[in-house]
Amino acid sequence: MTATTTTLPAARPGTWARFGRNQLAVAGGLILAAVALLAIAAPLLPLPDPNATDLPNRLAPVFSAGHLLGADHLGRDMLSRIVWGTRVSLAVGLIAAVTAAVIGSTIGIVAGFCGRWVDGVLMRAIDMLMAFPYLLLALAIVAALGPGLLNALFAISIVNIPFFARAVRGVTVGLKRRDYVAAARLSGQGNLTILTGEILPNLLPVIVITFSTTLGWMILETAGLSFLGLGAQPPQADLGSMLGEGRSLLLVAPHIALIPGLVILLVVIGINLVGDGIRDLVDPRLASGGLVRPGPATAVACDAIRQQAGNPAAPDAILSVRNLRTHFLLNEERYKAVDDVSFDLRPGECLGIVGESGSGKSVTALSLLGLVPTPPGVIVGGSIRYRGQELLGLPLPKLQELRGNRIAFIFQDPLGTLNPLMTVGEQIVETITRHQGVTHAEALTHAIGLMDRVRIPNARDRASAYPHELSGGQRQRIGIAMALANDPDIIIADEPTTALDVTIQAEVLKLLQDLRRERDTALLFITHDFGVVSELCDRVMVMYAGRIVETGTTAEVLRDPRHPYTRRLMACVPVLGQPERALDAIPGLPPAVNHLPPGCHFADRCDRVIDRCRIGSIPLEDLGPGRSSRCIRAFEP
Amino acid sequence: MLSYALRRLAMIVPVLLGISVIVFLIMAMIPGDPALAILGSFATPENTAQLRQDLGLDRSLIEQYAVWLGNLLQGDFGRSYSLNRPVLDEVTERLGPTLLLAGASLILCTILGLAAGVVSAVRQYGWQDKALTLAVLVGLSTPSFWLGLILVLIFSVGLRWFPVSGMYAIYGGGGLTDLLHHLALPAFTLAVVATGVIARLTRSTMLEVLRQDFVRTARAKGVTERTVILRHALRNALVNIVPIIGIQTGFVLGGAVYIETVFQWPGIGRMLVTAISTRDILLVQGGVLVVAACYVLINLAADLIQHMLDPRIGT
Repeated sequence: MTATTTTLPAARPGTWARFGRNQLAVAGGLILAAVALLAIAAPLLPLPDPNATDLPNRLAPVFSAGHLLGADHLGRDMLSRIVWGTRVSLAVGLIAAVTAAVIGSTIGIVAGFCGRWVDGVLMRAIDMLMAFPYLLLALAIVAALGPGLLNALFAISIVNIPFFARAVRGVTVGLKRRDYVAAARLSGQGNLTILTGEILPNLLPVIVITFSTTLGWMILETAGLSFLGLGAQPPQADLGSMLGEGRSLLLVAPHIALIPGLVILLVVIGINLVGDGIRDLVDPRLASGGLVRPGPATAVACDAIRQQAGNPAAPDAILSVRNLRTHFLLNEERYKAVDDVSFDLRPGECLGIVGESGSGKSVTALSLLGLVPTPPGVIVGGSIRYRGQELLGLPLPKLQELRGNRIAFIFQDPLGTLNPLMTVGEQIVETITRHQGVTHAEALTHAIGLMDRVRIPNARDRASAYPHELSGGQRQRIGIAMALANDPDIIIADEPTTALDVTIQAEVLKLLQDLRRERDTALLFITHDFGVVSELCDRVMVMYAGRIVETGTTAEVLRDPRHPYTRRLMACVPVLGQPERALDAIPGLPPAVNHLPPGCHFADRCDRVIDRCRIGSIPLEDLGPGRSSRCIRAFEP
Repeated sequence: MLSYALRRLAMIVPVLLGISVIVFLIMAMIPGDPALAILGSFATPENTAQLRQDLGLDRSLIEQYAVWLGNLLQGDFGRSYSLNRPVLDEVTERLGPTLLLAGASLILCTILGLAAGVVSAVRQYGWQDKALTLAVLVGLSTPSFWLGLILVLIFSVGLRWFPVSGMYAIYGGGGLTDLLHHLALPAFTLAVVATGVIARLTRSTMLEVLRQDFVRTARAKGVTERTVILRHALRNALVNIVPIIGIQTGFVLGGAVYIETVFQWPGIGRMLVTAISTRDILLVQGGVLVVAACYVLINLAADLIQHMLDPRIGT
């Protein structure tokens, strides 16, 4: 919510990034195509013989007459030598890569397909090859076979075999377990047919990716071996050996060494650009924009703040939310995760937000302190006032002052939400020292006190435990202790008991209840479970498809639900002593919030639906103070 | 931790054995008579016959390996004919400079790579990210031996900031300052490719870690973005990055061959190149074995560091 994030972010950064990358890949492809064309056409080009010496013109500089790129120490034309040298380098690199790909993939397929001891033996051998520093193994092979271009090619191939073998084996093992391979086997196809028919086509992407990654290395390394004098031997010349020969003339005629190196750089950049492009196309995570980093606070659209007029905050409320709208912009689609949600929270009060997953209840809670990841989330409208202060558009440092301090969160799934590499004590201490000017030692004492308070036995010892060393219930208590650390005015608890078993669930609920009474903290409690609501909450707000469908005091709603959805949610709760009561899961799924039909969003799953339900927009009907329902049949019995 | 270290230490024994088998097999690939190849132009019928017997070439391959390995274990790596001194003496003498060069490069590429990767991830799709991504791409594609020549041309010949080559000044040299002065250019050149690899990996790992739930928890606590990035995200990312840094040592140790040649650094890499051109096979074999063993140990160290960073890995 900083000033910099108030502009709408690009709707589809993933796609944009891919487009940008593809442009780069096209550029790389053009470079490669140009170089390859020159190399292939070398015999046809009007170039002087690359080996024709011309001593009067020796060491001619770049752009001299007759020698566009100058001449070397024997007066040989550099341009011609570069073109012919590139031809050799490209050919050697390609042959080495194809050899490594064929041998490596074969090893990988055999190991993955045969499994058992064949796999064991082959992969251990590959591991051994990988235990060598890359180039050193190649050097050892060249040392044994003797210097020469063919031997260098062979050496570079061998050291690249493991990359193919490992990648291909991994995918083969995965494919072997797939249903269609099992089906082919059952239908009586032989191993060879299965290999060529079912497995090989699916291996192509991984082989292509490995090829595109290693080809650049192979060209670099063969050039390197030639540079060291271990590859191409005169009069044969590749780019590397030209570079090596030019080295001794570096001070007199630097162009002789620098130009071949520049061509190598150009070729390898081209290969890497194309390779990155291929990888991006194949990697589905990039395609969905999945690897986009969420910003430190949810973006707020510029026009959001202007819309806060009207609907004044309730005077006694500590938190007033008005017409909050949080949308997700993904792949040119707009998902209205939270749409026009308003509510008030008073000091010491517990408000339950109830709904299925996908109903928008968590996004509502996360929006309050800008914790919805951007991209893709954007707050496009509304107002959130804490003690009269507008939180939407608040600069990030101010927002961070409130987070964990005046308004604290308790998250679901305590394993994923605690830092796995920090002791739990340290994680509580961090919350304290961030907001209170105390020393680390004081904060630790306080943290241990909090852990005692949430009834973690042996708090002093447990403080130095890592999250994975605690039980689920204990981890959740740590989450609660962290939320309590700065004595907040509001605690937002997002399904804090869902991951726990029933007895621990009850304990955690009791703990929250006690703490709330003790400190007069307001509690915003998010759950899908009406059983939990009835134990804890003063008031309830039921959400469906991003909208509020019913509000009221817990007692009223439980006694007389006015929305069919609420009724169905309540039917999902088991009642003690009535084991025969059918646990009524609601048939169907909540609608996707990108293409909502007109009328009531629950209509498709409602058993009381009538034609009128599907027309226009259904307003949230006021049914008395704090009581409302978004159902046209709310008054009907 | 100790028991893990011991177990991990025990696991490198088969790896070292495997390395010795591969080196032995490569040496057995030498076409023609190995005795002739080893003696090269020094071969006479008498010493060839003597060497064949010494090498046990009349025995089976497995027997030959056992004898060869036994000698290695006793510190007998044979004698370099071109230098006329024990291979082990020469190799240990040159190991120091190589490890120094590789170590300095490793420190450089770790610092630069992590910094570039973190900045790239934090400023994803910003101009810093684009500039760094481009720089990383060029770095990954640059032939290091060529880059070395360019840096010499610019910084040593042109600007005279750094010496052209060697490890110490010939006259009045010595001392740490002189060493660092000589080390700067080769260490940087050697670090460029590894920096690119680490930067790329750091960027993608950071992007993955930053999406995890505990990062949201840290933000919900109100800690500053700086703390979120460095204390929470980077530390978790390091668990995945450290093993790759270990593997990069392999590329750095290999790349040292070029850099030592370009900068006339008195290490094993340059020794190997000379030994290959003079067909001093025993010297090559000794150098490769020792450097490969160092690489195995460095990867062991990387594993132990990863273990220390991550309390979840079994104790």
